[in-house]
Amino acid sequence: MSPLEQAAWNAAATVVDPEIPVLTIADLGVLRGVTETEGAVEVTITPTYSGCPAMGVITLDVELALARAGLTGHVRLVMEPAWTTDWMTQEGRAKLSAYGIAPPAKTAGRRALFAETEVACPRCGSLATETLAEFGSTSCKALRRCLTCREPFDHFRCH
Amino acid sequence: MITTRESPLVRFLLGRADDALILGHRLSEWTGHAPILEEELALANMGLDLIGQARGLYDAAADAEACGHTQDDFAYLRDVQHWRNVLLVELPRGDFAFTMARQFLYAAAQEQVHAAAQQSPHAPLAALAAKAAKENAYHLRHSAEWLIRLGDGTDESHNRAQTALDRLWPYTGELFEADQITPDRAQWLAEIAPVIARATLTLPKDGWMQTGGRAGRHSEHLGHLLAEMQHIARSHPGATW
Repeated sequence: MSPLEQAAWNAAATVVDPEIPVLTIADLGVLRGVTETEGAVEVTITPTYSGCPAMGVITLDVELALARAGLTGHVRLVMEPAWTTDWMTQEGRAKLSAYGIAPPAKTAGRRALFAETEVACPRCGSLATETLAEFGSTSCKALRRCLTCREPFDHFRCH
Repeated sequence: MITTRESPLVRFLLGRADDALILGHRLSEWTGHAPILEEELALANMGLDLIGQARGLYDAAADAEACGHTQDDFAYLRDVQHWRNVLLVELPRGDFAFTMARQFLYAAAQEQVHAAAQQSPHAPLAALAAKAAKENAYHLRHSAEWLIRLGDGTDESHNRAQTALDRLWPYTGELFEADQITPDRAQWLAEIAPVIARATLTLPKDGWMQTGGRAGRHSEHLGHLLAEMQHIARSHPGATW
């Protein structure tokens, strides 16, 4: 990375997911790269889900972060390769858990049609949890309940 | 109004994009009407996934077509005879059983389409399919679980689920018509039959199948849907917000 690219990366990496403000787009793996061409930078980002409504806001926020850092550049949306929860950083997983959202399990690939996933409660750590709703408050989350401490919690779905 | 220039690839991409957009729109019609809050969210989420998939496919179609058309042009500036979606997705949303049964039949076929598309030499299509496949897996599971719950539920829910399957069946033939990617009907049947059996429902018998959607011969329902969907964009051409 050139110094300019590094500066642009650092600026873009401060942008947080508007739906899960505890995570930056770098934590999420949504920030894919920065390239410099003749003094201007291009920041590439990729959506988590095809219909993720946060991409517009994230694009604007990245452009704003670049401008604040005194950089000229634009944002490009890339679809390839397809985002996976495996790209979420360890730091991101820890932040999610501390925020009360169970992080996704480390796996990508086809599951059996009715396979059960084992998810630990982010509050008490119990593995005795059950799904309340497969589709939660955003596309990337499901709603679960802990059978030990009885608290409901969001689960960042494996994708 | 736009005139599309449709190579076989463009036609295929538009067909798949139209399927996703129209079905996504049908799912969005449940907003405010779903039986429980969780389903309100689920239906909206699935609709959002499909509309997102459609947008990607329209971009891919626009690139392949190279006429400078945009996602919005395809969505808002085509009349009914230029839509390439299968008839299955344009049928009114019906009751909850009908919506879930349709989602299940469609998602099970899409699974094969996405798997094949990921191997496509056309890179944009392969990338979109890699993402869509994961989303579709959730749609398939969710709709399968509901079909089982409804079929194996009360007499009322069982009857409604069976009626939905019977009504939808003549529209499933179109999913397997020869195209750039053609899913295999026998494989699809092998996938859905165990779920239908578990739901204590009867697999409908194959009979005469509806066709024509890919060629732009649609049911009366699509025109009504488009009138609503396209109204604002056509009343205020070129408006931005």
